[in-house]
Amino acid sequence: MSGIGVSGIGVSGSGRFLRANPLLATGGMIALLIVLVAVVAPLVMPYPADAGAATHPEMALQAPSAQHLFGTDQVGRDVFSRVLAGTRVSPLVALFVLVIACAVGISLGVLAGYFGGIADEIIMRVTDIFLAFPPLLLALAFATVLPANLTSLTIAIAITWWPWYTRLVRGQAASVAGRPYVEACRALGIPSWRILLRHVLPNSITPVIVQVSLDFGGVILTACALSFLGLGAQDPTPDWGLMVAEGQNYFTTQWWLVTFPGLAILVTALAFNLLGDGLRDVLDPRRVLIR
Amino acid sequence: MIRYVIRRVALAFAVVAGVVILTFVISDVVPGDPAASWAGPHASAAQIARARQYLGLDQPLAVRIGKYFAGIVTGNWGTSIHTHRPVLSDIGTAAPATLELVIAALVIAILAGVPLGLAAARWPGRGLDHAIRVGSVLGVSMPVFWLALIFQLVFAQRLRLLPVAGQYDPNLVFSHPLTVRTQLPVIDSLISGNWAMLGSTLTHLILPALVVAAYPAGVIARMVRAQVLDTVGEAHVQMVRSLGFPERSVFGTFAMRLAWNPVAAVLALVFAYSLVNTFLVESIFDWPGLGSYAAASVSTLDTPAIVGVTLFVAAAYVAANLVVDLVQAALDPRIRLR
Repeated sequence: MSGIGVSGIGVSGSGRFLRANPLLATGGMIALLIVLVAVVAPLVMPYPADAGAATHPEMALQAPSAQHLFGTDQVGRDVFSRVLAGTRVSPLVALFVLVIACAVGISLGVLAGYFGGIADEIIMRVTDIFLAFPPLLLALAFATVLPANLTSLTIAIAITWWPWYTRLVRGQAASVAGRPYVEACRALGIPSWRILLRHVLPNSITPVIVQVSLDFGGVILTACALSFLGLGAQDPTPDWGLMVAEGQNYFTTQWWLVTFPGLAILVTALAFNLLGDGLRDVLDPRRVLIR
Repeated sequence: MIRYVIRRVALAFAVVAGVVILTFVISDVVPGDPAASWAGPHASAAQIARARQYLGLDQPLAVRIGKYFAGIVTGNWGTSIHTHRPVLSDIGTAAPATLELVIAALVIAILAGVPLGLAAARWPGRGLDHAIRVGSVLGVSMPVFWLALIFQLVFAQRLRLLPVAGQYDPNLVFSHPLTVRTQLPVIDSLISGNWAMLGSTLTHLILPALVVAAYPAGVIARMVRAQVLDTVGEAHVQMVRSLGFPERSVFGTFAMRLAWNPVAAVLALVFAYSLVNTFLVESIFDWPGLGSYAAASVSTLDTPAIVGVTLFVAAAYVAANLVVDLVQAALDPRIRLR
């Protein structure tokens, strides 16, 4: 807890922060590394063309070696290059999903919490219906009926994710709406949209920030799972879930096809989950969430 | 209490009705043509039109929703397009296998998660606590479909410790035929004393159940740790400690008793998660459950089957939540008054 306060002092401060929150620090560093790789991926990939539709049949299914650290896939593409390029696929999908889900979920939650009454009733009953589905299931149903590509995947997951934020924000907004300073604003004749933007929204948003950081790993897992089922990215997109699915047929003899993309999913989800977990401990120690 | 039960049950029914409408609307915007896939690849335009009429796809949306609702209430969940069998009987055939897998996974998750969470809470901030916390986050971050493939490769194909796939050894059907009573092979072989079959079903169950258990075990360990840490600070637990009870019973008996309630609440959630995770694992292990059925339905654009499975799982989830709510309300009067 005290780590953040003293981190400004210098080296000893950050060292203390590291010791007080080793999981947060580890998660944060790996997450930062993944973001960095995503930014510079085209420059550090040993075979940039292999991230796309390139084929080298003469080099198909080679075991890991000095030339191909993670081996080659069924059409001879370098798996290492494709795993690096994958940092730009599912993490980016997760980012868009969370932006859309927050935009929709937060606005509806603030409206429901602030105005109450019939609007609250309708929004929250619709939210209940969406929350009655386990997230992956509803995304699966939507992804099935949409054409299989990354845009559909993003939309399908976003549709299932917003109600969690609505519920979270609604409770906060309702309690803020009853506070004396909001009543004072109303008495002064300040228009509702201004009260909402200037007072209710900023005061209801902290739990959402914590939740978003916790959800990032979960959304990546969902996106990769749907791609694994063939409902998201399509070949030659270097998506980790898709690479695991494609490698499945060769898995008994060519273990590297499935192992490395799957490890990339695991490490990414793990880094962001550790980061979110640690952030919650620091920002909001009283909350215990399980999603 | 009765008023609370009535209100809660009514709400659950309203949610399920909303779920039906939502799934139907989803399935109705299918871009592919279910009538064409029903009629087969070489059907003429007239045959497709006849199939469309037969399947009721030419009627207005409101009529079809009305009919679907009426059908669900009377047990007619439509006909699967790829198996050409009633969806409800397909689900009835597949559900027991999934149920067996999920229950086995939850038992493993509780047996692993509760002691780990307790151990972490007993020595918070120490090495063991950190290791268990990392382990629980690892469980929650695991792509289950990948873990399934890795386990299959390592334990079945390389080490040859466990069978690769299936529910039991098909050769045993001839030497030790299984008397089917409950549709659950483990239970069936147990009650009929078919020990060879019991051994085979259990060894086939281990790998998929371990894979599905990874997520709930992580969630339960995390939840138990947080709850027990909360509870040991409370006055009555401090009192027990000051009376000289050994640490073992302070944690194992007094703190844990209060931690059970939130753990029970989490069980409904992890049940739903595990159910859906079987969708990713079953086809890998060739497990004849709902997940394999759903995967096959997705690839054939089988609208009635997808809607049926989605509805079934969502209804099971709502029911699990309802049961947990009612049990909690029975245990804790404060909940009823909210």
